[in-house]
Amino acid sequence: MFEYAPAPESRDVVDLQPSYGLFIDGEFTDGSGAPFKTINPATEETLAEVATASEADVDRAVRAARRAFGTWSAMPGSERAKYLFRIARIIQERSRELAVLETLDNGKPIREARDVDLPLVAAHFFYHAGWADKLDHAGYGPDPRPLGVAGQVIPWNFPLLMLSWKIAPALACGNTVVLKPAETTPLTALLFAEICRQAELPPGVVNIVTGAGETGAAVVNHPDVDKVAFTGSTEVGRLIARGVAGSGKKVTLELGGKAANIIFDDAAIDQAVEGVVDGIFFNQGHVCCAGSRLLVQESIADELLEALKRRLSRLRIGDPLDKNTDIGAINSAEQLARVRELSAVGEAEGAERWSPACELPDRGFWFPPTIFTNVAQSHRIARDEVFGPVLAMLTFRTPAEAVEKANNTPYGLSAGVWTEKGSRILWMAERLRAGVVWANTFNKFDPASPFGGYKESGYGREGGRHGLEAYLDV
Amino acid sequence: MTDAEQPGTARADEAPSGRRSSAQGRAEKPGAGKRRIEDAGKAGPGGRSQESARLAARLAVRKTYKLYIGGAFPRSESGRSYAVASSEGEFLANASKASRKDARDAVVAARKAFGGWSGATAYNRGQILYRIAEMLESRRAQFAAELADTGAERPGEVVDAAVDRLVWYAGWSDKIASVAGAANPVAGPYLNLSSPEPTGVVAVVAPDEPLLGLVSVIAPVIVTGNTCVVVASERAPLPSITLAEVLATSDLPGGVVNVLTGSVKELAPWLAAHMDVNAVDLTGVADADLAAECERAAAENLKRVLRPSVPDWSADPGVRRMTAFLETKTVWHPTGV
Repeated sequence: MFEYAPAPESRDVVDLQPSYGLFIDGEFTDGSGAPFKTINPATEETLAEVATASEADVDRAVRAARRAFGTWSAMPGSERAKYLFRIARIIQERSRELAVLETLDNGKPIREARDVDLPLVAAHFFYHAGWADKLDHAGYGPDPRPLGVAGQVIPWNFPLLMLSWKIAPALACGNTVVLKPAETTPLTALLFAEICRQAELPPGVVNIVTGAGETGAAVVNHPDVDKVAFTGSTEVGRLIARGVAGSGKKVTLELGGKAANIIFDDAAIDQAVEGVVDGIFFNQGHVCCAGSRLLVQESIADELLEALKRRLSRLRIGDPLDKNTDIGAINSAEQLARVRELSAVGEAEGAERWSPACELPDRGFWFPPTIFTNVAQSHRIARDEVFGPVLAMLTFRTPAEAVEKANNTPYGLSAGVWTEKGSRILWMAERLRAGVVWANTFNKFDPASPFGGYKESGYGREGGRHGLEAYLDV
Repeated sequence: MTDAEQPGTARADEAPSGRRSSAQGRAEKPGAGKRRIEDAGKAGPGGRSQESARLAARLAVRKTYKLYIGGAFPRSESGRSYAVASSEGEFLANASKASRKDARDAVVAARKAFGGWSGATAYNRGQILYRIAEMLESRRAQFAAELADTGAERPGEVVDAAVDRLVWYAGWSDKIASVAGAANPVAGPYLNLSSPEPTGVVAVVAPDEPLLGLVSVIAPVIVTGNTCVVVASERAPLPSITLAEVLATSDLPGGVVNVLTGSVKELAPWLAAHMDVNAVDLTGVADADLAAECERAAAENLKRVLRPSVPDWSADPGVRRMTAFLETKTVWHPTGV
């Protein structure tokens, strides 16, 4: 194995403040809840103290959004578009700063923040900017109206990217927003607030309230919120769906997944191995659409497992700011505990656990890339979303069996198929009950491509023409 | 073509004689009398007065209104029934009062039918929906009479509208994907296609609009490949079972539509809570508290919920009732050599 010299990205580009307030009505203000600390999960160092929005603060934010809604929704779409284009440009201009900050707060490798998250964030604003003055042609009838104030709660795995998935379509369609970032990753959202100021976005159009679950509940349950958008766990999604019942609020939920990545015996093995690695170890497996169940055709199972182990032994785990790092830190102590717990259950239930020999840093939250073999469909490791770098490998003999096993889950967010046979790809894609199917690739995203799940992976789509529906009164 | 003619399919003129008559001890309605005269006229020259006399003398064979599950017409396993009265308060029939077990059986039947129905070609589904329209048209007089009993004004026009609605939806089967799907221009070497797919088993609480409303909620659900369990109008459930007879003779595979009659208050929450149901259409839930209860129950497995509404059933339905029960599947194919 090659030795790599350290190649750290400089963090000087980020100007961290000791404390951050809420962003309401175009101003940074104090929160009335007890402030919390956000840490760098790779070092456990405190990055900043962040305000907690109480119910009263959320109410202030919603009222600001309501006030702004009148002028924002009445503004010609072409003008709203220009604000979104401005935001997209500023994101590009400040992308290095945003990427480094994302990596500091989230623990993801800088390579991913820089090459995946940030380009997609900018692309999302560009894409939706273009829709703002073309909604008449989006297939929802002439002059489709916005919903009003959108309450949005996003997760910690792709903090800024999830923000862009929520805010860009909402604003393009003429809504105003109150967004709550995850409590472990609030910093890029607050930097985004500053970007809104640089873009001279009218006050109140975007409001950012930070805090934990209680703040999120205050946002989604606020009676003057017309639209709820949530990305996160199925467990919380259920609570939200229950909470808004009877309220008439429009809801979209992008929840958990347990995607099958299916490899047929005619697949290009090396490509497939890359796809498996990308599918489950991208972003430390903190990906709702991660290919966490590997289904391999029995005849090539041994060969593939060997190649996979070889590849895993070459993954570099460590300092997320190092440009050579493949796998960064687990986002929080809490998440690390969950990954450990489910892995322990996997062993206890009889699956065989394997990780490459790798040195983990002393401080911070780390978990080595892990493969479970001898996995039964009934094992929790094959059923529960681990949301970490843990892969459960199962085998199949026939395409029908692969479909049966792939669909044997309450989730339905994504799936992968690897085969050189075109007709088989289409046959499989037709039968997989999942919102996104990647054929001979995995974990690809684009603002023009609708994303969202079947079954308990939630409802509604984000991206593409389909994503607009979530923010229009249609 | 699988929608071949079925032997024994009801003819328009057999309907009245198969129905109850004044022998059930109630006054004849003007509409019912007229229908009889028309049909007697068809029976042959000079038949009118003889036929009237014959009918007056004959005790009618009543129809037992049962449930429609998996293509069969079982009674409720609970043995329960409830009396259904006309809009004027006269006894019409004892309808089955479906139990929780019946609801479960219906879901099982709908799930079993889903693979075949969703896998059928759009063209085939369209043909079958058109066939349903044909069968409904052929029973126009029977439905008009049943609707008259429910208090419908201009029942004949309602039947016409229901037939036309089925024809309209039949044509959507092979067009909705063109309207709701997309080829997405992603920034990379990929062919990226989004296509609509049926969401699965849909529980439908039908509105209290016994034929046009019923057809208008069933057709958009099944035309795209979903299967459904329908809770009929509680007040006027009889036309829904007669519609099931139409469905049973239209080459619609058993289980694609299952019809339960009984208490909406009982059945709706059971179906909303059922873990093998993918979506609920609460259109017919008039009570806001009950609708909220159903929506809460539906959250358990994240069912798609179409909330209650009071649509104008004579208006252009648009595509919303179809898209509400469609998933969007997006498939990425790399391009390369």
